[in-house]
This record gives sequence, structure tokens and C-alpha cells, in this order.
Amino acid sequence: MSLDTTRKANWFSRLAHPGAFMNWSGPMVWPLAGITAVLFVVGVWFALYASPPDYQMGDTVRIMYVHVPNAWLAQFTYAVMAVAALGTLVWRHPLADVSAKAAAPLGAVFTALALFTGALWGRPTWGTFWEWDGRMTSTLILLLLYLGIIALWRAFDDQLRAGRVIAVFTLVGAVNIPIVKFSVDWWHTLHQPASVFVAGGPRMPGSILTPLLIMTLAFTFLFLTLHIVSMRTEILNRRADSLERQHAARSPGA
Amino acid sequence: MAALIAILLRDIRLATRRGGEMLTLVLFFVMIGVIVPFAIGPDRETLARLAPGIVWIAAFLSMLLGLDRIFRADDEDGSLLAFRHAAIPLEMIVLAKLVAHFALTALPLIVATPVLAILLGMEMGPFLATLVSLLIGTPALVAFGTIGAAVTVSLRRGGLIAPVLILPLCIPVLIFGVGTITVGGPAPLFLAALALVSVAAAPFCAALALRLADD
Amino acid sequence: MIELGQHAAFIVWAYLGVFIAMGTLIGLAILGDRRARGRLADLEARGIRRRSSGDSA
Repeated sequence: MSLDTTRKANWFSRLAHPGAFMNWSGPMVWPLAGITAVLFVVGVWFALYASPPDYQMGDTVRIMYVHVPNAWLAQFTYAVMAVAALGTLVWRHPLADVSAKAAAPLGAVFTALALFTGALWGRPTWGTFWEWDGRMTSTLILLLLYLGIIALWRAFDDQLRAGRVIAVFTLVGAVNIPIVKFSVDWWHTLHQPASVFVAGGPRMPGSILTPLLIMTLAFTFLFLTLHIVSMRTEILNRRADSLERQHAARSPGA
Repeated sequence: MAALIAILLRDIRLATRRGGEMLTLVLFFVMIGVIVPFAIGPDRETLARLAPGIVWIAAFLSMLLGLDRIFRADDEDGSLLAFRHAAIPLEMIVLAKLVAHFALTALPLIVATPVLAILLGMEMGPFLATLVSLLIGTPALVAFGTIGAAVTVSLRRGGLIAPVLILPLCIPVLIFGVGTITVGGPAPLFLAALALVSVAAAPFCAALALRLADD
Repeated sequence: MIELGQHAAFIVWAYLGVFIAMGTLIGLAILGDRRARGRLADLEARGIRRRSSGDSA
């Protein structure tokens, strides 16, 4: 009776075991991809066709429907990475490293797209592609942070060690993001007291809200799908790596 | 405590014995100040207006340049391994190394600041403010740098990657550092808070990264 | 085609850019998955396999 008390895994660690993860995540990929596709079709239909132009911004409001979801995912992905970093450091979870590594490039792309669409929105709205405004500047800094983390992943040969060290850095970055945001806001008010960001406040009519919500949901599901797929790829690659290492170690002449 | 001072003195002695690195760093710092007028023209008014920013950028870049040496030599000769298994906690050792790095890289820069101030035509007031802001702000740069150096110490190609990692995190230091000179107000307080918190937290983060880097 | 007003070019570029980037991400994900499976299949074909497929990776 006392034999099985030592390995009493709870439901979470059973689900998050890499082998178990491969088993339950496999059948989820296509349904998730399907939901994403449907959401995108509906979202784009609303965003480009079934919603009226804004009374102030005109049709440029349609850029917001791709800008806001990317800006949201830019931050959400970092939050995912920070939680994964905690998983790596506190629970030494093998899947947490994989999750953090798979999320970084996705986060970088979303952040870059948030900046890209923000610039294309800014040109007709403020008359300039780039404004050193608090939000855009801290998004740019977030992009630099993502790129640094990706560079760090690539610099390590040993991915287990990389996972732990990068987890420390990811958390340091997570603590710093609000400080960066605060300092950039302070710096911005210093140089330009008037706020250029009046549009897109909380008082949004329903006609804008519907496409915005659907598109945000669509992009979030796309992130989930891509994240799971690249986690699976990473696990398969690690299996292949370790098999190759074992084989090389066993083969004669090594 | 005695052990900490011993480590601090050891680092300083090792660096002064080699000597060259400290001089190179100061030279680099001053050279940025020499180069900038060639890029933006010798107009005294413009230079004086830009001077606080130039001094901070020069200090920023010089600090990034010196990052790699915080743990590199210790990693190569095996001292780092000894530190990890020493009787005193690794956090304290990292703190001692942080202070030593500050004394070896930041202080010489601050001492060299008058040269830059003269070259850039700074007035007495902004010059003193610059000195104060560098004194308060460089510990924060060193603290972030220590974290970056600890994260990349096990990488052979770490020399370039640490500055790239640390740069985005140091932007608040730059903002409040220059803010201290040009606007004052709450900026020096923010800068001091940033320096205190980062110096207090950096030894723990860096020690954690060092431990995890070779388990 | 719908009328997008005077700033049509900006809107079209924003959507094009986003969807090209998303398409690239999806393409890379599929490609990466294929390649990883290929590596494992190749190893298996050479008789190198994991001792128990339910074991940890």
C-alpha cells in the first residue's frame, strides 16, 4: 500500500508530461485550426464589410481590427512566457521550457505586426508613421526584448540549461516591462504634454466592438494553435536529438 | 563580511594589475564625446544642449562594453565553480563583484566626465547635475549588466549577446538619468529608486542564473 | 470590391502585411512539424527507436 505514495502525480503534472501532452494535444490541433479559420472568416467579413466607417476616423478604423489583436497578443505572449518561466524555475517542469521557447518567435511576430499596423494607422490619423508615444515606444522595447530572448535561445547548445537561464531572464524582463512603460510615459509627457491618443477610448460603439472582439478571438485562437503545433515540433525535435546522441554514443568509433 | 571585502579587493587588484582594460574603457567613453561633434557640427549651443544626452549615451555604451568581464575570467580559471561551493552564499559574492565592477568601470568614467564636459561646452550647473546623475544611475546599469553577464556566462559567444539583452531593460535608467540633468523634478528620485531596487535584486537574479547555468 | 475611402492603400497594406505574416507563421509551423516527423521517421528507418514510446522524452 505504501509503495505508490511516492509517485502520486496530480492531474496537472500528468497532463503536462511531454508524452501525455503529445497524446492529448495531437487531436486538438485540427479542431483548433478549424475554429481559428471560421473566426477569421467571420471576423474579416465584419471588419471589412459588415461594419460602418467610424464617424471620426472614417475607414481607417478598419486597421484597428488587426492592430488591437496583435497588440494584445504581443503582451499576452509575454505573459505566457513568464508563466512558463515560473513553471521552469519553481516546478522544473519539462514542458514549461518547450512552451517558453515556442512562444518567443510568435510573440516577436505579433509585436512587430502591432508596430507595423500601428504605423499604418498613425500615418492617416496623426500624419506620421512613427510617433514616440508611450504605447508605441514601449511596444518597440518589448520587441527588442523578444528578439534578445530568441537570440539567447539560439546561442545555447544545451537546451535544458538554456531553458532555466532564459527563464530567469524572462522574469527579470517581466518585472521590468511596467517600469519601462512608466518611464517611457513620463518621458513622453515631458516632451509632448498634449495626448495624441484620443481615439479608441473606452466609449466605443457596438459596431466597432463586434469586429474587434471577433478578430481578437481569432488571433488568440491562431496563437493557441501555432503555439501547440510548435511545442509539438520542439518535443519531436528533442526526441530526435536525444536519439541521435544515444546512437552516436553507442556506435563504434565514437 | 571579511570574505566579501577580500573578493572585492581581489577583483580590484586583478584589474589594476592588467590595467589596460580600465584605460581602454575610459578612452572609449571620451572618444564618443570626441566623435559626436564631427557628426553634428561644432556649434557650441547645439553641443551644450545635447551634452547631457551624449554623456549618458557614452556612459551607457562603455558600460555595455565592459559587461563581459564581470564573470568571464572567473569562469575561465574556475574561480566561479569555487564561489558556487564556497561557505558564503553566492548572492553575497555576486554583490561583492557588482561593487567591484562599479568601482572599476563606472567610477573611472565619472572621473573622466570633466573632459567630456569641457569638450562639449557644458556649463557648471548641468555638469554637476551630470556628475550626480551618473553617480546615482551607473549602479543600476552595473546591476542590470551583472544579470546579463550571469545569464550569458556559459556561452562562448556571450560577449555580444549580453549588451543586446540588457539594453531594453536599461532604457528607464537612461530616461531618468538624462531627466535628472535636464528637468530635475522627480527624476533623481526615480533614478535612485531604480538603482536601489536593481542593486538589491541583481545579486539574487544573477546568482540564480549562475547556479542554473551549470547544474 | 468594397469602398475604403481615401486611405484605402493604408488599410489594404495593413491587412496584407498581417495576413502575409500569419501565412508565413502557419507555413513555418507546418514545415517545422513535417521536418521533425521526417527526422524521427528517418531515425526509425535506420533502426534507431525509443525504447518505450510511452516514456518521457
